[in-house]
Amino acid sequence: MCGIVGLFAKTGEIEDRLGAYLGAMLVQMSSRGPDSAGVAVYREPVPAGSSKLVVYSADPAEDWGALAVALGNRFAACEHPMRRASHAVLVVEGDVDDVSGWIHDERPDLRVMSAGRVIEIYKEVGLPTAFAERFRLEELAGSHALGHTRMATESRVTTEGSHPFSTGLDLCLVHNGSLSNHNRLRQSLRREGIEFRTENDTEVAAGYLAWRLREGASLQEALEGCLDDLDGFYTFLCGTADGFAVLRDPIACKPAVMAETDDWVAMASEWRAIAVLPGSAEARLWEPEPGVVYAWERQAVA
Amino acid sequence: MSVAAAVETVDLAVTPLRELNQRLHDLASEPGPRHWRVVNPNGAHAIACGLDADVEVEIDGHAGYYCAGMNKRATVTVHGNVSTGVAENLMSGRVIVEGSASQSSGATGRGGLLVVHGDASARCGISMKGIDIVVRGNVGHLSAFMAQTGRLLVCGDAGEALGDSIYEARLYVAGIVNGLGADCVEKEVREEHLAEVRQLLAAAEITDVEPMSFRRYGSARRLYTFEIDNAGAY
Repeated sequence: MCGIVGLFAKTGEIEDRLGAYLGAMLVQMSSRGPDSAGVAVYREPVPAGSSKLVVYSADPAEDWGALAVALGNRFAACEHPMRRASHAVLVVEGDVDDVSGWIHDERPDLRVMSAGRVIEIYKEVGLPTAFAERFRLEELAGSHALGHTRMATESRVTTEGSHPFSTGLDLCLVHNGSLSNHNRLRQSLRREGIEFRTENDTEVAAGYLAWRLREGASLQEALEGCLDDLDGFYTFLCGTADGFAVLRDPIACKPAVMAETDDWVAMASEWRAIAVLPGSAEARLWEPEPGVVYAWERQAVA
Repeated sequence: MSVAAAVETVDLAVTPLRELNQRLHDLASEPGPRHWRVVNPNGAHAIACGLDADVEVEIDGHAGYYCAGMNKRATVTVHGNVSTGVAENLMSGRVIVEGSASQSSGATGRGGLLVVHGDASARCGISMKGIDIVVRGNVGHLSAFMAQTGRLLVCGDAGEALGDSIYEARLYVAGIVNGLGADCVEKEVREEHLAEVRQLLAAAEITDVEPMSFRRYGSARRLYTFEIDNAGAY
């Protein structure tokens, strides 16, 4: 099982309500994945030279303010952190790899969920309704967003094992399905310098995409590479700073439906997740073909 | 004397799905409305499943998984698209989809007629066992996989591996077949087959497709299961 949803805004009105719509879509997919839920929202880009990180702490009493002060002392500046349940957004003036590395070394108990200039990933165990409420999804405006409801098969039910996975800057992946060659592939990607934190198969697919993009492939080429190099079944929804792309395995084991209006593009495991969107009854509706990459992009962030 | 038949309307935005299905199931043993209209389906699963009565059910909008599954006698019409497994294990009656259908349409169906006016995707008629399926558009890959009996008529194209490991089902395709599955071969269209095509088109009320344009596909009967010497293995 597992449910995946994605929403790409074409108007300011949809952008303003992006988190609320995504939350409604996510709740519709509860029966496909009641174990955990997560979202990646692309919003409020930070200026060049700054980095945006979403960090998770297992400690409910985490002193995010103190962390920001420490980051501000080490780097040029760190904005006041924006806390969202067990996560917090940190905007730091400094190189993103340096900031991630510093957190990794100084606070190994914390986990960087996403890093880049645009992306914010939030994920947690539990039902999608509780997740949407705790993380106040309705507050999150943005350009596009992805979400996932998990029914675990390949690894444990933990916050870190939840989707979306990010192993590259502003890059994330949500997945419905399971991969059978993830152990071998993880080993070879580690040799290429890609880091993994879990035993999860989807993290390996995200790492594979990050590696291909690093080696110069376009998102289209990187996803097409999955058709040759990944063994298993999958519907992938991959987010970048500019948009998102959908790919189903060539046998199309896992469901997907897409819809488009003048106001938005949406993708979901099932129609009922799209039915909650405004104007859905009049949307152009289709089932993505197996083995074909469908991509939507907005103007690149300057 | 003519009396307009009353239509029982059920709004799934307010009525729980289980209540709708229970009321429809009750018609197998109790008298009740003969014509039903379901509004606001919003992709809910298992709408109008397991009916066993001479009734007509219309669904206004898109339905989710297994719509009209296991149906006996009833006519279920969807004014929209359907998700995976429409008319799964159809026993008798008719299921008509005015839009398109997702995977495994009419899977394991034993009788009755399924008509999809749009496209059906992968695995249409998988393991069919006597159902008739008419698709006005295209079907996806692995359609009629291990099809046992019944007939699949496709007015458009068929995806890869049509009729893989097919038994006695008869397949008719008017458009392009993007590859036949194991043991599936093209066969001669004789007069009795042309009559069968005409009958299926008429049953589906499709009048704008030329019956002569269909080609017939079926089992070459060369797989292991067809060898008499292997009968003892079963």
